Amino acid sequence: MTDDTTPDDLTPDDLTPDDVTADATGDPAGLAGAGDAPGVPAEDVELLPDDEELRLLRQTDEGAQEMRRVEDLVITGGVWPEGGGETTIMNMGPQHPSTHGVLRLMLEMQAERILRVKPVIGYLHTGMEKTGEELTYVNGCTNVTRMDYASPLANELVYSMAAERLLGLELPVRAQWIRMYLQELNRMASHLLFQATNGMDIGAVSMMLYGWREREEVLRLLELITGLRMNHNFIRVGGTAADLPDGWEEQTLEVCDLVERGVRDYDELLTEQPIWVERLQGVGTITTEQCLDLSITGPILRSTGFAWDLRKAQPYLAYDDVDFDVVYTENGDCFDRYRIRLAEILESVKIVRQCVERMPPGDYRVPDLKVTPPPRARIDESMEALIHHFKLFTEGFKVPAGETYVAVESPRGEIGCYMVSDGTAKPARMHIRGPSFYNLQAIDAMGRDALVADAVAIVSSIDPIMGEVDR
Amino acid sequence: MADDQARETDPEPGDPAAGPEVDAPEVPGDPVAAAVLERFPAVVYRESHGQPVVYVPRAAWRAVGAFLREEQQFTMLLDVCAVDHLLAPERVRVDGVAPERFEVVANLLSHPRNRRLRMICEIPAGDPSLDSLAPVFAGAVAPERETYDLFGIEFNGHPDLTRILMPDDWVGFPLRKDDAPGAVPVRFKGDPAPR
Repeated sequence: MTDDTTPDDLTPDDLTPDDVTADATGDPAGLAGAGDAPGVPAEDVELLPDDEELRLLRQTDEGAQEMRRVEDLVITGGVWPEGGGETTIMNMGPQHPSTHGVLRLMLEMQAERILRVKPVIGYLHTGMEKTGEELTYVNGCTNVTRMDYASPLANELVYSMAAERLLGLELPVRAQWIRMYLQELNRMASHLLFQATNGMDIGAVSMMLYGWREREEVLRLLELITGLRMNHNFIRVGGTAADLPDGWEEQTLEVCDLVERGVRDYDELLTEQPIWVERLQGVGTITTEQCLDLSITGPILRSTGFAWDLRKAQPYLAYDDVDFDVVYTENGDCFDRYRIRLAEILESVKIVRQCVERMPPGDYRVPDLKVTPPPRARIDESMEALIHHFKLFTEGFKVPAGETYVAVESPRGEIGCYMVSDGTAKPARMHIRGPSFYNLQAIDAMGRDALVADAVAIVSSIDPIMGEVDR
Repeated sequence: MADDQARETDPEPGDPAAGPEVDAPEVPGDPVAAAVLERFPAVVYRESHGQPVVYVPRAAWRAVGAFLREEQQFTMLLDVCAVDHLLAPERVRVDGVAPERFEVVANLLSHPRNRRLRMICEIPAGDPSLDSLAPVFAGAVAPERETYDLFGIEFNGHPDLTRILMPDDWVGFPLRKDDAPGAVPVRFKGDPAPR
């Protein structure tokens, strides 16, 4: 669909409903023009709808996922508010320091007050689900780990668990504990990152340094274990890439102490500070009903008084063996979301300490040569091991045809993987349900009737990772 | 494996006489699926790796969603996505479900009952459209836009069916198997077939 028939004046500011209908009726030749254009396959054209309005929706020019007044939109259980008089549509982002990457918000405002918010996404879309179809199950983790780059291990875990369920693999106990230990370290790092960026967004700039300082300690520990600070590719189908290194216990306990001390400092610095409280309390409120309706999970859902955590509700790995609490609060505002994430760091520290104490002995991956590579030393002495190693890293392993959905609790909410196998060594479909993608739907419910300055606090409290939103 | 077992015990849809007897051995494990089957006889149940799945006819898609939400306490629609089976060399066959090129998949979660259910609908390539779940679950707005964007499946009754991840002037639907880059596989000498 091309462009020559599209009116050039269709800028965001002009896109009021009246303009939409006027343009729709005034430009009836648009679809025909697109269909007759050389090089457009006939099948594609057939799929285009005849409906004039629908046609216009995808015929618009640059910047077109625009706001349109949709009277019967069911979000938050009501219609869009009537503007009544002069309203302005303002763009925030995609390049804005508080949008955590490339999130663009369209705010319809009356003076300083926000009437509605629409997130416009896709700026970081790199077709990772398509890439996932071209990579074998052995390679796949390198792809998914780049989606939610603040908690890469959660992505690897959910991908691996989906493939393992299709294979019918049962993991050794130690592998499950190592995975759980890594999940919680990653949750600490991710929530510390939130504390840092949230503080900076609100104006407590020193938090940026403090949060980063503690997060760096956690990342250093992760680097010791996995070899990389981010994008670890450490949790793989069949277990983990390696066993824990020597001396991990002492290093972990040191980091735990540091993080606990850090969280105490943040608590002292922020929680009762009047400016901080004024800035966040009562801002961006959302109710449990809205959260459930809009598919919102994780700390945002728990901040509304709904104590739902997959680690407790539907335990996976070894979460039913460790002692921890699900943190929840009642108010559903930005302040509660800050408090929940602060408290969840301490719960993660609790789990990590139990992992250090109770890490069971055993194998860190399934000893199945069809799925996991043989130990390096075996390759030098065994022809069979060499063949297995070669086949695994060239062809991969075949997974029986089937489909499954696996979900785990990432720092941002429920991350799920819907995987369809067609009997080959590559998934026929690999879909990741990124919690940030769904959580962004909350932004309209939270932003109604807020001030522009609050929009920054609201985006920050949702804690979206755009790599996962756009995939 | 589990797939084969499920295939053997699948109920015969549209066969009211045999319905209860065939349903009895497999449905008790999942009361929700049993209730859905009772209300919508055309629905087919299957257990997939321990997870309950219902294959819903296109006409009943939104009605089943509304039934699950209003009468079965399914509080959250977690996810909507689609699958393109164009190239699949091997595919799970379910008795009573005519396989089509596309499948739309919706995962639902009931918090009060702590159980999940997956709805799958077969979508023919010639008419890729389906009723939107957005009037039932507001959370369906974004994932259905994504499914439209990447697969070209139209959701009837969706309030804002536009591209969400791809640029607005993009031609084609990238996650379809016949869309580039999947349509232009890297060929090596002597390679019998792509994939």
